Amino acid sequence: MGHGYEFVVMTVFALIIINKAGGLIYNRTFHEGGLNKVSTNDLLVLAGTFHGVHAITARINPLRHLSNNANAAAGNRSSSSSGSLGLQARPDPPAGLEVLETENFRMQCFCTLTGTKFLLFTDTAQANVDVTMRRVYDMYADYVMKNPFYQLEMPIRCDMFDRKLSSYIREINNR
Amino acid sequence: MSHLGPGSKLASSKEQAGLRYPSNGKTIYHRPLNRSKTAELSQAAFAYLFSEMVSYAQKRSTGIQELEKRLNEQGHPIGLKLLDLLLIREPARSQNRPLNIIALLHFIKINVWTHLFGRQADRLEKSSNPDTPDEYMIIDNEPLVNAYISVPREMNQLNCAAYVAGIIEGVCDGAMFPARVTAHTVGGKEEGEMWPGKTVFLVKFQPEVLEREALLGKG
Repeated sequence: MGHGYEFVVMTVFALIIINKAGGLIYNRTFHEGGLNKVSTNDLLVLAGTFHGVHAITARINPLRHLSNNANAAAGNRSSSSSGSLGLQARPDPPAGLEVLETENFRMQCFCTLTGTKFLLFTDTAQANVDVTMRRVYDMYADYVMKNPFYQLEMPIRCDMFDRKLSSYIREINNR
Repeated sequence: MSHLGPGSKLASSKEQAGLRYPSNGKTIYHRPLNRSKTAELSQAAFAYLFSEMVSYAQKRSTGIQELEKRLNEQGHPIGLKLLDLLLIREPARSQNRPLNIIALLHFIKINVWTHLFGRQADRLEKSSNPDTPDEYMIIDNEPLVNAYISVPREMNQLNCAAYVAGIIEGVCDGAMFPARVTAHTVGGKEEGEMWPGKTVFLVKFQPEVLEREALLGKG
């Protein structure tokens, strides 16, 4: 690897999955040397802490709720003349923290509708993290959720998920 | 199915009201229920259904053997019915059931597999062991039912394709070739393995089947 090359190379460092109770259910490092090694114990603490921070950030962003409330109020005033307003009045789940960026890495968080969180640690220059995240979520839906031996909210131990994930991320990291 | 029952009764009932045959001879059994262009089903929907079937069987069994037996039993009636259905859809001159082991296995490898999974099975083999001339193997590199299933390490003996083994067993039993069919994982676990889910369906025919086959071979 040439000098200075490392600044251009784009890498996905690691993936963490946190269940809806804030427990760490999956962690995987794809690229050694990108991030410092963290003990499993610390990772569990990190997952719990992030879960808390995410919950707080989701609460302190009031804008979306305000606009939703306004919509709902408007709907009520027109004395529910049309049924379609009921659909609009349902608020989106608050999103909370989505991206965290440091000098050395970028962390993107994706929170599913059921509260499972995917954290992807990448190089700061990494492009299309959304696409990668989407694909990881697809794989989770396929190889974890459709596996009869996986118990919900428990640590993920699925060979097939590991295998598909490795080959997908390897493809990205070698690009 | 005329070889099964008295044909005269069928003919007389034709005149009665209620039972009508279309003029082109195609009954509802000749086409799939699903009439979309490709007649395909959602794999995700099947995966969830099969996942629940496995959980259901697992909840009611104490060991891997029993779990596989339950899956096998769920597949068996499908095989029995599938044999009839696929034969009735064949053109009239080739509508007879397979009469020897090779024809039967080919029927399973080609017709049954294509109907169920949209492709043929990957290989057909006869046991090379002289002690077990009654064993044949149908090999599938990537069974569709296992597409999303990772078996936990402590259950590595299990292969959920036991369900497909049950279907094969049903076809064999229905064709009067009583057999025991089991599914075994043979794919390696190493990284870079081409077919980690490779499965062998071991078809072990009853002794009377081989006896009959030998007699037919002489004649």
